[in-house]
Amino acid sequence: MNQVANKIEYSIISDWIDKGASVLDLGCGDGELLTLLISGKQVRAQGIDLSDQSIHHCIAQGLSVFQEDIDAGLSEYSGKSFDYVILNQTFQQVKKPDFVLREALRVGKKTIVGFPNFLYITARFQMFFIGKVPVTPSLPYEWYDTPNLHFLSVADFTVYCKKRNIRIESSFFTAKNKKVKFLPNLFAETGFFLLSK
Amino acid sequence: METRFYTFAYPPEELTLDSGEKFGPVTLAYETYGTLNAEKSNAILVLHALSGDAHAAGLHEGDAPIGWWICSNVIGGCKGSTGPSSINPKTGKPYGIDFPIITIGDMVNAQRHLIDHLGIDKLLAVIGGSMGGMQVLQWMVSYPNRIQAAIPIATTMKHTPQQIAFNEVGRQAIMADPNWRKGNYYSSAVPAKGLAVARMIGHITYMSDTSMAEKFGRRIRADRDPFKFSADFEVEGYLRYRGDNFVKRFDANSYLYITKAIDYFNLLNGHRLGEVFKGLKAKVLVLAFKSDWLYPPYQSQEIVKACKLAGVDASYCEITSTYGHDAFLLEIEQETQLVKHFLKTVSDKNGNGDGQA
Repeated sequence: MNQVANKIEYSIISDWIDKGASVLDLGCGDGELLTLLISGKQVRAQGIDLSDQSIHHCIAQGLSVFQEDIDAGLSEYSGKSFDYVILNQTFQQVKKPDFVLREALRVGKKTIVGFPNFLYITARFQMFFIGKVPVTPSLPYEWYDTPNLHFLSVADFTVYCKKRNIRIESSFFTAKNKKVKFLPNLFAETGFFLLSK
Repeated sequence: METRFYTFAYPPEELTLDSGEKFGPVTLAYETYGTLNAEKSNAILVLHALSGDAHAAGLHEGDAPIGWWICSNVIGGCKGSTGPSSINPKTGKPYGIDFPIITIGDMVNAQRHLIDHLGIDKLLAVIGGSMGGMQVLQWMVSYPNRIQAAIPIATTMKHTPQQIAFNEVGRQAIMADPNWRKGNYYSSAVPAKGLAVARMIGHITYMSDTSMAEKFGRRIRADRDPFKFSADFEVEGYLRYRGDNFVKRFDANSYLYITKAIDYFNLLNGHRLGEVFKGLKAKVLVLAFKSDWLYPPYQSQEIVKACKLAGVDASYCEITSTYGHDAFLLEIEQETQLVKHFLKTVSDKNGNGDGQA
């Protein structure tokens, strides 16, 4: 994902977060979002990621990170020990999304989830007319090398939250680095949700 | 670098050891690298492993990434610090096994005296691998307010039975050597065979299956005397060489005392995991190596878990390496990068002027 694309979602996620809050970013990557939240919101940040490169990068920037597999859960953290737990672009990549999200909701007072909307219009077109698994800017991988293990739509996620009694406090949708307000399940590349339980 | 010596705990102000015994005087050998700043806020204490010495930082003048590095040899050692081979002032003879039992806690307590002597109120960091890592953990518990950061590498909060077992075989090898004479060998031949075997066992545990296969394969030595139990395989030759070499630079009694200290080490000591680091303000970086089976990553993850439970600001990195436990001495480049960057951010955060890499 390029830096410009990061911008709009980062600023909206940042708007959701209170100053001085504690934040746990699951799958923090190179720590871009955490760095932004530290400088903009003075948060107390902790990241978790599995990749060597990400961990080295984060430590070089002074971020506190653990090299761990979030699929193993967060059992060392007691309930509501962070103000926010973030699962940005990692939710669809974990082996057990249901379990990981449950853990996030347990440990965080609020949880922020961002994932690519698999039923974005371009993806639908490619499936329907070309008859191939879609490759789009938000789903840039071929079927044989994708890190995405679960493919879901904005609508799937909304239904899921209802089923699990998860409260959607706020949400926003983006495509091409702009907000999408109309029919997000069709026009959004990416969906973001502020959740609590 | 020049090795310096600090002697303290003269009677009647002896050191009270964990065993309750009073002991002194104590000399610590140490070296320093780099420059101490005016605020004395950039001192980094390096804690060496089982067979290390005050030179363990492995740094040369000008190498020190940031700060003023202090490397001290441990009490019980044989590299200039008071240990079983030192002269007992009461008898005029080496202590031998009259030397008191020492612990990792005693080593750290002695280092704290050295730090006081050097006029350092708060260390920028304590860093060490293996047994040095145990000392780092002990610093975090014994003197949490005297460190700004801690870097325990390839270590554990307590030895498992398997780890104790390897040490015990080493000790038995030394004590089974007829030259050991209950530790009283300083005016006769040293228990060279026993100590060499102990070191050979050590070296096996420091390497990995993969690193041994890569280093030696099943290659045969050219100068062997076949079927006479000479060192046929290169790996045998290597172990013998390492063992024999170790005898030249290490005291067998020190080996007994220090491995016991390692085995006794138990940071939990009846405490719950979440209580161990409670209230610790220092920033912690835990490093482990994937192929290390002597101190496997799960033991470092326990340290991380204890940090999490106590709400300590911590990071954990599991470095990919095939070198086994030796990785902490060999994967220098990755370690240096991580440690350097980590120390720089700690140093910058504390407003030190010397955060330059």
